[in-house]
Parts: sequence; structure tokens; C-alpha cells
Amino acid sequence: MTTTTDMAAVHGTAPVRKERVTQLRVINSEWIKMRTLKSTPITLLVAVVIMVGLGPLLTWGNAAHSSQGAPPFNGAELSLGLYHLAQLAIGVLGVLMVTGEYSTGMIRASLSAVPKRLPVLWAKAAVYGAVVLVLMTISALVAFYSGQAILSHYGRSVALSDPGVARVVFGTGLYLTVVGLLGVALGALIRNGAGAISSLVGVLLLLPVLSDLLPSSWSTHITPYLPSNAGSALLNVVPDPTLMSPWGGFALFVGYAVALLAIAGVLLKRRDA
Amino acid sequence: MIVASNLTKQYGIKTAVDDLSFTIRPGIVTGFLGPNGAGKSTTMRMIMGLDAPTSGSVTVNGRRYSEHAAPLHEVGALLEAKAIHTGRSARNHLLALAATTGIGARRVDEVIELVGLREVARRRAGGFSLGMGQRLGIASALLGDPATVLLDEPVNGLDPEGILWIRNLLKGLAAEGRTVFVSSHLMSEMALTAEHLIVVGRGKLIADTSVADFTRSASRNLVRVRSPHADKLRGLLLGPDVTIESPEPGTLEVTGLDSEQIGTVAAENGVILFELAPQQASLEEAFMELTRDAVEYHASTTVAGSVA
Repeated sequence: MTTTTDMAAVHGTAPVRKERVTQLRVINSEWIKMRTLKSTPITLLVAVVIMVGLGPLLTWGNAAHSSQGAPPFNGAELSLGLYHLAQLAIGVLGVLMVTGEYSTGMIRASLSAVPKRLPVLWAKAAVYGAVVLVLMTISALVAFYSGQAILSHYGRSVALSDPGVARVVFGTGLYLTVVGLLGVALGALIRNGAGAISSLVGVLLLLPVLSDLLPSSWSTHITPYLPSNAGSALLNVVPDPTLMSPWGGFALFVGYAVALLAIAGVLLKRRDA
Repeated sequence: MIVASNLTKQYGIKTAVDDLSFTIRPGIVTGFLGPNGAGKSTTMRMIMGLDAPTSGSVTVNGRRYSEHAAPLHEVGALLEAKAIHTGRSARNHLLALAATTGIGARRVDEVIELVGLREVARRRAGGFSLGMGQRLGIASALLGDPATVLLDEPVNGLDPEGILWIRNLLKGLAAEGRTVFVSSHLMSEMALTAEHLIVVGRGKLIADTSVADFTRSASRNLVRVRSPHADKLRGLLLGPDVTIESPEPGTLEVTGLDSEQIGTVAAENGVILFELAPQQASLEEAFMELTRDAVEYHASTTVAGSVA
């Protein structure tokens, strides 16, 4: 290391062009951020392994070892059932996309580079949402087809063209994408990893359990509208009459995520970083 | 150019920055000086739009920082070392910041080279020492070749070589006509680097002065004289603008006369001198004097006699 600096190097060999910050550039920045952290591929790999590795295993287990008289299953739902588990990995990574910046101090650098702030949140949501959508749609297709290959040995496979099946298969990618966005939103709202992850788990997994404790005259008015119940209405081949309609429920689920992102955006603008 | 007008920041009932107004001009290094907790970092965060002022405003190059279309080209800031995700390499960190304003990899490699981090640029920043973190922060500040450079305590954690490097870099940046605003709680460091000073204590402006003026006003021209004939000498030296104190027998502290005058008088009168020493209060002492009432956290015990 030297003690003097060649001042010409400060300017650079070519003049640094003064270019504006644009939403597209911030998206590019977030894409660089996302793929340059080890936790990203590891967590995404966990989600993929759950879907395409454990999924078929579960499918085989149910097909081969179901006892006589067990309730019937649908081949599509069975092969994709582990989205219940994968959503944790996807949601947690969504949270960490934001809270990792707060815990390390990186957020100050990010918001100094983009002082209008909101583009950072939208870019995080866009980048992560797109990555999850692509990855989990592919995973769902792989899990579905490998599951059906196993089930065909037992004569219980279903086809993508069967009624409701394509909706469930592609809906799995959509549902997990919204879970990822919920994670991003909760991370930005709460700014603390442990707090945001607990909230996410509480909202997705605990609220439905708690609503079962309510008297049924109440719960019928509440249970279907809880986020994960509304969203998972999309994932039943035969619509569940106790839940909302598949697309109506999913629209509400998207609405929750959008509302939380909007609140997170308002707070991001207002709060000191 | 940074202009703060009546800048105030309150956290709950605590006022961190209190009605601060100043102008930081381009072409010179301006030091931002004050004891810990004086509100320096808060002020810098407000300049960068990270904290919103409770009242008042601050502009950089004519507008609020957040209103600039290409902020990294306007202001480069090092607000705290390691404002970086610990899991990411230094180079990827800079690439991500650079991407927001369309700066490419070549420029990133250039600033890495500039701050001397080439060998570690691909290592996880979490393993960086404080000094390396400071260099990385400076690299990110220079990324956009900005007209204004803002550095909060940049010499913290740097070795002497690094401190010298920063000092030269800051002077070089100012010589190119940039606005350079550097905070420190070390007067001695600022005396060597800065040309102008903004001194704050408890969030309030204490002084807005050139370093030269500050030094001049701070220096008491005191001459210490030791002589076996101290009492006789005292009588000979006394005059209208001369004050003489005797901290111990045989020793005089004379203000109002320089050592040449005192030596001449002594020789003419056959007074033996053991010592004739001009004293200058150090800048550090002057700074402490100035901010004594404004120090946020006093050490609770002071060893008697150790206070200058």
C-alpha cells in the first residue's frame, strides 16, 4: 500500500459518465446483490430439493404404502404437497433479502446510492419474485411429472390436461412467489430478521391453526380469508367449498402481499435508515 | 458545496443536532470537529438523506441529496466503515453500488486499485479489518468521481501509513476543486489535513473558522523562564502589557514578551538563566478548552494535575 495517490486515478482512465439512477439499474444492482451472497443459492437449493427431491419420495410413499381405506388422494396435489415446507425456505430468504442489509449496515450504502429509496424495495421484490417464480414453476413441473411417473405404476397418475391440474401445478409457483414477496415486505416492515421470520411463520402457518380454535360460527367468516388459506385455495384440484374460490382466494393473497409492500414502502420513505 | 441552515435533529427528548448552520466550500478540506456524541455523524447522515432533519435543511450542490438524479456522482460518502454486507466480497459490493448509476466493472476495479485493496477484493468483506473496511468505504465514495466527498472519521482504524495516505488523498481531492468534508474527533489530525474547521459540541456550532485563525487564537505566547534570580528578573520584565506568573519558586511564565526580549533584558542585567523556553498551547489543548463545556461523556475521574 502506498501513502500517495495518483490523483489521475481518482478520475479514472475514462471519464466517469454521469448517468441517472433508473429503476432498471436498481434492479440490476439488486440482481448482483442477490447472486453474490452464498445464502441465496443455498436456500434456493433447499427449496428445490424439497420440491423435486422429497416430493417424489412422498408421492411414492403414499402410493406404495397407503393402507386400505385411506382417504383418496389426488396425484397432482400429492406430488406438490411439499410446497408447505418449501414456502418456509422461500419466505425466509425473502425476509433476509432485506433484513440482511439492516443487520450488516449495508442498507446505508444502498440508500445512499438510491436516496429515493422506493426503487430499492421494488427492485428487491421484482428480482426475488422473478427468481422464485421461474425456479419454483420449473420445480413444480419437475415434481409433478416425476410424481406422475411414479403414480403411473399404481394406475393413479393424473395428466396436466385433467381439469384443475394445470392450475394447481402452475399455481404452486405462483403461490410460492407471493410467499417470497410477503417475506420481502415483512423484512422491510420489521427490519429485524428474527422478528420478520417469526411474523411470517405466524401469518402463514399459525393463523390457520389458531382460527380452528374459534367457534365455528366465527371461524367460517375468518378462516377462508387468512392469507395462506386464501392463497392455497388455488392449489386444490377440486375447489374446497370451505375456502374461497381458487382465483378469488389467490387474488386476496396477492392483495395481502401488495398491501404489506405498500406499507413497507411508506415506512421506508419515512423512517431514518 | 454543502449548505446547512438551522439543521436540527431530535431523537425523542434528546437533541443530537441543534440549529446548525454552515457552508462547506469547494477547493479546500473542511474539518468537522467535535467530541464524541457532538452530532457529527448525525449531521453527515442528514446530509446524505439517511436521517430526516426534525427542522431546518441541508443541500448539496444546490439541492437536497435525494433530489439528485445521479447521487453517486454528486456526493461520495464514507459514513461508517463496513456499511457492507459481510457475506459479499468487496468487489461485488462495489459492483452492486456501481450498477445503480450505470458504472461498469472497469471503474470498480480502478477504485479498488486506487485504495490498495486489489489482493483482497474477492474475499468476503466480513473478514476485513477496520482499516480495510475504511479503504473499501473510501473506494465506494470515489466510485462516481463525485464533486463532493464526505468522510466520517476516515482515519479510525488506519495504521500510520494509511493515515498519511488519507491525508494526501483528501488534499489532492480538494486541490482538484472538490468539496471535501471530513469529520474527526482529533484536532491534531485536522490541523494537518484541513484548511477550514467547523467545530461542534452537543450538537451546537462552536466555531466556523480557518485552521490558521484557530491556531493563532489558540496559541498563548507564553515564555517559561527558570532563573536563580527569578524575583529580580520579574521586576525587570514587568511592564504595561506583560503578565508574569510564578508556578513554582525560581520559575516564571511570561506573556507579552518574546524570548529574545527576555534574554536581552537578562543579559543586560547580569541575570543568569537556566531555561528560556517559548511555549505554545497545543491545538489539542485549545480544542479541549473550546469544547470543554460541550463534552458529552466526561471521564468520571481525573488524576490530579494531569489536566493540561
